[in-house]
Amino acid sequence: MTNTIEDITTAADVIMLIGSNPEEAHPVMGMQMRQAVEHGTKLIVVDPRDIGLSAQADIHLKLKPGTNVAFANGMMHVIIERGLMDRDFIATRTEGYDDLAKLVADYTPERVAKICNIDERDLVAAAELYARAGAAAIVYCLGVAEHSTGTDGVKSLSNLAMLTGNYGKPGCGVNPLRGQNNVQGACDMGAQPNTLPGYQKLSDPAVRAKFSEAWMAPISEHEGLKSTEVMNAAAKGEVKGLFIFGEDPMRTDPDIGHVAHALSTLDFLVVDELFLTETAKMADVVLPGRAYAEKEGVFTNTERRVQRVRKAVEANPGTRDDIWIFTEIMRRMGYDQPHLTSAQVMDEMASLTPSYAGMSHARLDTEELRGRGLQWPCPAPDHPGTPILHVGKFSRGTGLFAPAAYRPSAELPDGEFPLVMMTGRVLAQYNACAMTGRTEGCNEIVGESFIEMNVADAAARGIADGDAVLVTSRRGQIRSRAHVSQKTNAGETWMPFHFQDGNANVLTSDALDPTCKVPEYKVCAIEVAKA
Amino acid sequence: MSNENLVHVTIDGCEVCAPAGETILHAALRANIQIPRLCALGNDAGVGMCRVCVVEVKGQDALVTACNTPVAEGMEISTHGERVEASRRMSLSLILAEHGLNSTNYCFSCRKNGDCQLQAVCNALGVTEPAYPIPAQDKPHRDSNPFLEFDPNLCIRCQRCVVACNERACNHTLHTAKRGARLTIEAPFGPDWDTTGCESCGCCAAACPTGALIEKRRATYRSWEVEPTLTTCPHCGVGCQLELLVKDNRVVDTRAYHGASNKGLLCVKGRSASFDFVRSGDRLTTPLIKNHDTGEFEPASWDDALDLVARRFTELREEYGGEALAAFACSRSTDEDIYMLEKMARTAFHTNNVDNCARV
Repeated sequence: MTNTIEDITTAADVIMLIGSNPEEAHPVMGMQMRQAVEHGTKLIVVDPRDIGLSAQADIHLKLKPGTNVAFANGMMHVIIERGLMDRDFIATRTEGYDDLAKLVADYTPERVAKICNIDERDLVAAAELYARAGAAAIVYCLGVAEHSTGTDGVKSLSNLAMLTGNYGKPGCGVNPLRGQNNVQGACDMGAQPNTLPGYQKLSDPAVRAKFSEAWMAPISEHEGLKSTEVMNAAAKGEVKGLFIFGEDPMRTDPDIGHVAHALSTLDFLVVDELFLTETAKMADVVLPGRAYAEKEGVFTNTERRVQRVRKAVEANPGTRDDIWIFTEIMRRMGYDQPHLTSAQVMDEMASLTPSYAGMSHARLDTEELRGRGLQWPCPAPDHPGTPILHVGKFSRGTGLFAPAAYRPSAELPDGEFPLVMMTGRVLAQYNACAMTGRTEGCNEIVGESFIEMNVADAAARGIADGDAVLVTSRRGQIRSRAHVSQKTNAGETWMPFHFQDGNANVLTSDALDPTCKVPEYKVCAIEVAKA
Repeated sequence: MSNENLVHVTIDGCEVCAPAGETILHAALRANIQIPRLCALGNDAGVGMCRVCVVEVKGQDALVTACNTPVAEGMEISTHGERVEASRRMSLSLILAEHGLNSTNYCFSCRKNGDCQLQAVCNALGVTEPAYPIPAQDKPHRDSNPFLEFDPNLCIRCQRCVVACNERACNHTLHTAKRGARLTIEAPFGPDWDTTGCESCGCCAAACPTGALIEKRRATYRSWEVEPTLTTCPHCGVGCQLELLVKDNRVVDTRAYHGASNKGLLCVKGRSASFDFVRSGDRLTTPLIKNHDTGEFEPASWDDALDLVARRFTELREEYGGEALAAFACSRSTDEDIYMLEKMARTAFHTNNVDNCARV
């Protein structure tokens, strides 16, 4: 996030929520957004479903899944046409405006309304509301990212914020709600094939030299494969050995049939886990690691806020700290890694990562930072951290408009598979239920697979609310239960991906965004029939 | 803040500057002067229901409730004294008379015993026994929600739960019914709880000063048996701050902490589903090696398992190069774990095929 939860929910005049259902996926953010709306903040919801917050929204654009880029371009078209852009901001802080203006000129409200299946008056009203606000924040989530056009969707939202000067002050910005507790940290730490810690580029020889020297080992200059590409390479026999730490792709990756084939084709699979998950069952060796309550460390939240995780209980002596496990493997493979405590690992990381350089467990444990942590960039031990990014200037200097044309989703409905399926989360469960499913009360609240479908689609198939159904895509078939309502538009369906008794990811498409290789979880073509 | 918006008052002889509109209670708290209270929650004004926070204002005949009386220029406020304390004791006696003490055998069987603010305030003000006969109460509990229950017999009508649900969580499923002395709390935990829109966040229970509205987890421990450890919730990216409450090396409950991102709020996952899995009976407790003849896992020593892992990865690296190896990090784990995994991939596997589950 460029901004903080606090400033978005207290200083924004308008919040535009797009592809995000925080009341279920980020509930405490959802509560604070409800507070904001009740205190007068205007809310625009852009989502193909009726989510809880759309009932409180000033405008709900219930657009067709996969059309975010067209929507954002349409907003910018209206803003430019009506002269509502921030000319000073564009002149002093950005470049590439003319290219943007040229591209969005084609996105008239009439055309966009047709692409997105919305009322053009709502689009114009949303553009007016967003652009006329003193401070307007965009909050988005996987409904923007998890498309084959996800990168374009994010760029388009950034264009929209730059066009209206909504960067670098409280209550504005472009704010992704990161899905998992430490997905921000995982990216920050350089668990990515093209960046080292702190987004230092692998392609930069000086960066490689710095890490080679610090680690006393050569760093390969070949950019690695992204996780979704690793699965494809494994299926082809190009990747032969895989170490999976605490991830369950047999539940959470798209097109599980393909994942099963890829993992079984590997020569050697090691899984470091708490439980014998579906993925662990396929391993050659399973190593029992430790849970967050059994270790010291930090998580980095969606606001770039680095906060402490503290050991509350002693783990079973048969398990090992994950740092110890990785260290032992390094040592046994001939790399002389000393055993370090979690605090020492953070010190080493901070010494190599400018944005974390001012952080340490000792500093985070001071009374002053208790429950607050530090937001990166925090380049020095006396630096207070950075709540809001891009104040005064962007990290690259000027902000570059990156216009993107609308492209349809990779798999569109057709005669055989006429319905679009989206996936998402529900309040009382999390991801593959490895954690929440072990609390019985959560299963009591919601513990079984279901699919939301529109009353018209259900009626056409003779399906009633609560009926058992078979859901089929080009990749597989599952059983589920129909929840029939008006939450989704006709022709559209939605499923949570938590439940193994009817796992939506058997059906999902492995079409990838060309830049960041995120799968298109939010659009695939299916058919539903009464079971 | 400009000077026009400040008022000057004295509290117990101390001069205090307060923003206009602030309550006497909050002005006093900022000056480190404590006033006993039950119905005020955090920074919100109270509803003046419990009348335990009464103070004397010079020139006014009646005592005023500090929690919902705003400061005014020149007020001279006294927070203690015989008249104030007698009034507080009387208010507590009246509250106790309706608190359903018989239903808990005078606190003995109450799950909040030892962690009850009514009990604490009574003790602090010397109210050690009820001044009036306690009528027998046996109103039915509402306990169909999996995590929360409401015992109306113990409710003191302070309405902190109403503030928590409607102004903090903004869920609007917990309400008051009737008025005045007949006021009741309509907690959405009856048999139809799953149709109410209640999110089971438990913010109401965290706000309740007595044992009326509690997390069912309370049945597994007494408040003095647990040690808190402040940590960060392991579920979504909001990063709520919470305390894990530990009894006998087992996490038995959580308590919300007023962190920068959560402001004392938690959701159902953070409050109620962030710790059972830690001691789940199906945790892996020994390395496993698959026997490829039977297809079954067999327990192994750490030395054997790690030697096998290192030997096979080394063989594959030497035969096919580092690009034939890959490692995935866990976005649920700590930065330190992830840094070390990434370092392992690059230095020992000789590959940049390292990623995390951000993409999936």
